[in-house]
Amino acid sequence: MTRLITISVIAFSIALTGCARKTASAGGPKPTAWGAAIVESSGGKQAGAVGSLLEQPVVVQVNDEQGTAIPGAPVEFSGPSGVSFDPPSGLTDSSGQFTTNVMLGGMAGRYQITATTLTKAQKRVDLKLEEIALGYQEQLGFQLNDKYCARCHNPESSPERVSNYDNLEVKPHAFTEGDTLNKMSDADLTAIISHGGPALSKSPWMPPYGYTLSKSDIQALIAYIRMVSDPPYQASGTVYAQK
Amino acid sequence: MEPSQNKSSSLWQTLFGHPIRAFGVVSLLFLISLAIAPAKNHFSEWRHYQKQYLVLIRGRGDAITLQRHLQPGIQQIWLPELGVVDRCTSCHVGLKEASLADVTTQPFRRHPVIPHTIDQFGCVMCHRGQGAATTVEEAHSSTLAWEEPLLPARYVESSCGQCHRVPLTGTPQLNLGRQLLARNGCVHCHTVKLPDGTTMKATDDPPSLVHIADKTTREWIYAWLKDPAAYAVSATMPNFKLSDDDARDISAFLIANSTPLPGDTAPVAATQKAPDPTAGASLYGESFCASCHAVQNAAGNLVGGDVGPELTRVGSKVKPEWLQVWLRNERIYDPPTEMPHYRFNEQQVALLRTFLLNKTDSDLLANVRLDAATPEQIAHGKTLVTEYGCASCHEVGGIKKPENFAPELTRIGSKPVAQLIFLPGMQHTLPDYIAAKIRNPRSFGSALKMPQYTFAPSQVDALTTALLSLTERARTLPAALAVPAPSASTYQPAGRAGQLMADLGCFSCHAINGRGGDMAPDLTWEGSSVQRPWLAEFLKNPNTLRPALIRRMPRFNLSDGEINELTNYIMTVYQSPAIDRDSMPLSGYPAAQVEQGRQLFYSKYACQSCHIVDTKTDKGYIGPTLTQVGSRLTPAWIYSWLKNPQALRPGTIEPNRNMSDEDARALTAYLATLKSSGKPGTKVARLEARP
Ligand code: HEC
Repeated sequence: MTRLITISVIAFSIALTGCARKTASAGGPKPTAWGAAIVESSGGKQAGAVGSLLEQPVVVQVNDEQGTAIPGAPVEFSGPSGVSFDPPSGLTDSSGQFTTNVMLGGMAGRYQITATTLTKAQKRVDLKLEEIALGYQEQLGFQLNDKYCARCHNPESSPERVSNYDNLEVKPHAFTEGDTLNKMSDADLTAIISHGGPALSKSPWMPPYGYTLSKSDIQALIAYIRMVSDPPYQASGTVYAQK
Repeated sequence: MEPSQNKSSSLWQTLFGHPIRAFGVVSLLFLISLAIAPAKNHFSEWRHYQKQYLVLIRGRGDAITLQRHLQPGIQQIWLPELGVVDRCTSCHVGLKEASLADVTTQPFRRHPVIPHTIDQFGCVMCHRGQGAATTVEEAHSSTLAWEEPLLPARYVESSCGQCHRVPLTGTPQLNLGRQLLARNGCVHCHTVKLPDGTTMKATDDPPSLVHIADKTTREWIYAWLKDPAAYAVSATMPNFKLSDDDARDISAFLIANSTPLPGDTAPVAATQKAPDPTAGASLYGESFCASCHAVQNAAGNLVGGDVGPELTRVGSKVKPEWLQVWLRNERIYDPPTEMPHYRFNEQQVALLRTFLLNKTDSDLLANVRLDAATPEQIAHGKTLVTEYGCASCHEVGGIKKPENFAPELTRIGSKPVAQLIFLPGMQHTLPDYIAAKIRNPRSFGSALKMPQYTFAPSQVDALTTALLSLTERARTLPAALAVPAPSASTYQPAGRAGQLMADLGCFSCHAINGRGGDMAPDLTWEGSSVQRPWLAEFLKNPNTLRPALIRRMPRFNLSDGEINELTNYIMTVYQSPAIDRDSMPLSGYPAAQVEQGRQLFYSKYACQSCHIVDTKTDKGYIGPTLTQVGSRLTPAWIYSWLKNPQALRPGTIEPNRNMSDEDARALTAYLATLKSSGKPGTKVARLEARP
């Protein structure tokens, strides 16, 4: 009998410490203010190689009911196993923002990460963001896209490379435009990439790549297109959400 | 305690008191011990996962096929010639099942698509870990010091590098890491022998310090030694964290040790009146100095190339007398420099000199006060220069380049964890050790000599990946598996033209026969490609063919004789054996064929999406402008190019259209009619003015 009591006491205290760790996990400096909402400033929907550090940090902002930024409010990031954050938690800066660097998990797929803040009533407010980890094939597709396709399909220019998008009479879609691209089957994509626009009764402004790229290159491009499309292509969807 | 001892001795009595009873008990124990192995087997993890897998696939459409593929029991991939005995597939049973693409629970995920098969290479070749183990813990995170745990996914490209020495499109991180190893001078101090027997070569070119006193002052050397990044944010020289006294003594030694080089300085005429500073800036721009040299802009961002040194504060560094000669002819001071000899006239030299000398930073040397050096300081400086291995990178008069100055890294990717010393709080893995060493080498001991670099986190990952590829396994693989890098070309053009090309630094930007840079087009077949009058005119007055490029061919102020020399050489030597440049006429194509070509250009092939022919209607920005292509390229080249661009220039992004001979001929006829109206270059120049 005494044994039983000891065991239950021990079990109870273990459970207690577990809880204690959870509530105290914000750690670090004490919050000086509380917000009502948390919104994304930048850094969502990035794609990087599996296990890699995302190129841009993720920045979120805590606001009050009126949408004014709140400095000194607590923010905590969490994600599926394998994803790590540096720093994982802290307080918003003087402009109400909190910045963290995100390292993706080791498996290819879409990762859902969560930024959480607390209201004055200690209620959790969550913001869900998605980041994309590219496996070997998608990474290869990303590289090929960068070399052959992005100049036409990505409207954004950099000083190193001017986009050709504005010069095109027929406008192509960015590969993230899932509303259009998800309606195309793998066979459709293979056809238009290999044989050009006319293969799908579209404009010849889309050139054919079937004699320039190998079959596996074209498959890699399709794998990349599927991975980055927004909304997600049904066959992939969000793969790693928090348990 | 007492009663229990009594109890056990009485137990002994009851069990073994009688010989027959004793025999029975022993046999029973024996039987039980025989049952241990099968029982362990029965409760093993792999059996558990195989059962789970059956549950997982039960509801799927192709359950029967999947079940047929599943072979119960321990699975093994045995590849004796690779030293692979991998049992990972005992638990990872779905690796080869393409239909499991949606499964995300491990260990049942299908393997992501890669260019190799599991049967070909097994698992540990890429992922490390203990292939022969049959428990999760032992296979993945072996705690035994001499064994390898699983390689984290972020470094997995390192495994590709064990066989592949050529940069692969699918391994950007490995490619970058190798580039950084060579470019940041790591391999000046650390020897890296590659499995093919060659030694990794550095691609940076640290300057010789033999005549340094002609070029700069002791104060600048001191400031630079203390913190190279304070002078140039892009400095590849690391920070040695020298004390003030050590920096003082090294600078004293370098200046005292420097010998004058006749002719590398010239007095700047005092009577010269200060030239217009805006003219200097425009000459700097027109000469496309920014293709190779970067300057920090007001926002602190670097703008420009990284072939030559950053020039943001160059006026605080170089002596005017030295700069004057350098701008006239840099090969007097540094014969093998990559910088082109621009052949500036005296007025241009004065403009640029003034422009560059104005790029100063008053903070840089503000607090540097050095008294005259004493002989003791100079002697101590020499000792320090030897101790820090400066001569591993720089030529220093009187000091030999040290051999094996730093530990060899030839097998660093297989270094046993037992041989590493970790810092408190560090994860005990090889990748973590390597990354920490790169990030902050002196944290492992203040007496260590390795200097401090300033790498971004992604660069640290890339370097770690490149180092992890240097494994013992890579050295013992069957030779047939190696995909070697093409041996570095030592191509050297001959004769006077060859000297001229060296003087102009053509190879800094253009590649020919496998040697040279990739900033500008490959010129290996230039003689088959272009028409002679165009080439001569282009060398005299280069205009860009690609308005969207920020890097461009500068004007070298060549004499007619030099242009003639170069043109002759290019037209005769850089000929493709596959192209007979005279097989198609320069003009005289039938009007109908030309019209057919024009229609093909605009409708069937929509070439205007990337190229401009008519500056009023066409806007394509990707490929070169074709407004005068009929004066520039030979029809024979145009035809071959249209048929198969990659055959002429491997890797070009112009797609191969699998064009019929007829279409290619018609397009060639059309393009051949696009001749320059008057002076070549005028039309293009107008184009450049577009936003
Ligand atoms: C010269 C510009 C250009 C390049 C380069 C280019 N495309 Fe396109 N692409 C287009 C245009 C224009 C369309 C739209 C055609 C239409 O709607 O009639 C298009 C359409 C497509 C489509 C159909 C969906 C859409 O956007 O309408 C796919 C898929 C596609 N391209 C893939 C690729 C891939 C993959 C590459 C690189 C290998 C590539 N493209 C390179 C211009 C280009």
